Amino acid sequence: MGVKKPPVGALLLGLIPFVAMCLSVSLWDRIEPMIFGLPFNLFWLLAWIVLSSLCLWAAYRVEVARDKKDSGAQ
Amino acid sequence: MSPSAVSLTTIFVIVAIGVAIGFLAGAHRKMDLEQWTVGGRGFGSLLMFLLMAGEVYTTFAFLGASGWAYSRGGPTLYIMAYLTLAYVVSFFILPQIWEVGRKYGMQTQSDFFSTRYGNKYLAGFVCVVGIASFIPYLQLQIAGVGIIVSIASFDGIGRTPAMATSVVLLVAFVFASGVRAVAWVSVLKDVLMVFAAVSIGIGIPYIHFGGIGPMFAALAHSRPAHLTMPGATANLGHTWYISTVLLTSLGFYMWPHAFGAAFTAKSGDTLRRNAVVMPLYTITLAFIFFVGFTAVLVVPGLTNGDLSLLTIVRKSFPPWFLGVIGGAGALTAMVPAAIFLLTAATLFAKNLFRPIFAPAMTDDQVAKLARVMVVVLGLISLLLAIYKSATLVGLLLTGYAGVTQFFPGVVLGLYWKRVTMPGVFAGMIAGVATVIFLMLSHRDPLYGWSAGFVALCLNFLITALVSWLTPAIALPE
Repeated sequence: MGVKKPPVGALLLGLIPFVAMCLSVSLWDRIEPMIFGLPFNLFWLLAWIVLSSLCLWAAYRVEVARDKKDSGAQ
Repeated sequence: MSPSAVSLTTIFVIVAIGVAIGFLAGAHRKMDLEQWTVGGRGFGSLLMFLLMAGEVYTTFAFLGASGWAYSRGGPTLYIMAYLTLAYVVSFFILPQIWEVGRKYGMQTQSDFFSTRYGNKYLAGFVCVVGIASFIPYLQLQIAGVGIIVSIASFDGIGRTPAMATSVVLLVAFVFASGVRAVAWVSVLKDVLMVFAAVSIGIGIPYIHFGGIGPMFAALAHSRPAHLTMPGATANLGHTWYISTVLLTSLGFYMWPHAFGAAFTAKSGDTLRRNAVVMPLYTITLAFIFFVGFTAVLVVPGLTNGDLSLLTIVRKSFPPWFLGVIGGAGALTAMVPAAIFLLTAATLFAKNLFRPIFAPAMTDDQVAKLARVMVVVLGLISLLLAIYKSATLVGLLLTGYAGVTQFFPGVVLGLYWKRVTMPGVFAGMIAGVATVIFLMLSHRDPLYGWSAGFVALCLNFLITALVSWLTPAIALPE
């Protein structure tokens, strides 16, 4: 069934949102400082929705570069 | 006209437009099994995208997320994190699932298990767990319609008759038009939903406090503990947050309808690019939270938090606007419910009953059985919605605890050559049994950990152990 494993670089990029939005919760789950009128935890998650999208975009570039290299090598 | 007549008429008109679009989309097509369940596979990528995006915004996001912001506070933030992270997970598994799907001609999640592990009983077990997990998700949507109609009628119509009516309408809708109808109605539903979320998310804090910032300042002043975890709860702290976010983000694409939708994409690359953009769709949820948090201060003391969004809309706006929000909410419940009913009924008839009990059934007979199942599943969910109450978020988490037990079998099946059928089967049985035991004995969360996550860990462990102890299987070429 063998599928191509994702490149390590892409996997690391995918891990960043998990650390930022999930595992590190005790670091950012507080009200102060309020930013743009939002409690800090809500602001943090909103910011990371956008940053997660950027991480995946970077991971996408890594995969495209790998696929190019692979097809060039054959 | 009385206020309740105005708002109910508006809801009725919006739902009627939605149903009409559905019937038109289904007209002039011969409804055989293929056309009914997968739209004849003729879905363009835009329609596919709308269908997939449309499934995210169910009544869960609308009434459930605001309901938890109201009744639980901080823990509701898990919803923003899990949806975003679900797309991150999808980036690394959906293109691969699509690839093997194309190679072996798979159409459903159950096909994946029967092809990868070569065992029809494992595939059947996956169907059973999938269908069982759909039931609380369906119950959630039906309960949502009940809430909408009873609040919009200014408590003139009870929730039970409202829910019963909506199930009848739902079944008729699914019978008449199939999946193509659902996809088109979801376009209307999404436009209304985004409009509704943004307008009340900005409008309601503005009306009562002069803006979102002042609203949070007031809440931080009077109820500071409500805004962080564990909020108004005793046991939904950071351990619960981490385990629940992991459980639900890994499980998001394990729902049979979401998994199956991956097979209909144009290419693996489409799915990868979709995953890059989809997290941004989650931002709308913040507006729903604003409404729930405002309601804490403006309409305190509701016994059921899921009523908070509509109660505060009713208090802040004229009846016709309550009708628009209610109509958007009703479609938001009915469109996903139709997808779940279709998927679950087809799974039962085509992937469970025929292969295991009646291999000689024709496609026509399978289609008939699927229609019967639409009615049966609709009734079961209705009865549960009437007799067994739970918060909307609680219902969804029950479903997730079930479907996420597929995750080890899917990911290890894709990436680990050594995983075996007995390993996956044993792991999944252990996971499902653990979930059932912990939930029925009211041990969720278990020492702060989400029960589904505890079961998932056990599932992974047993899958790996038994796989090592059993001989490697030959992979399909």
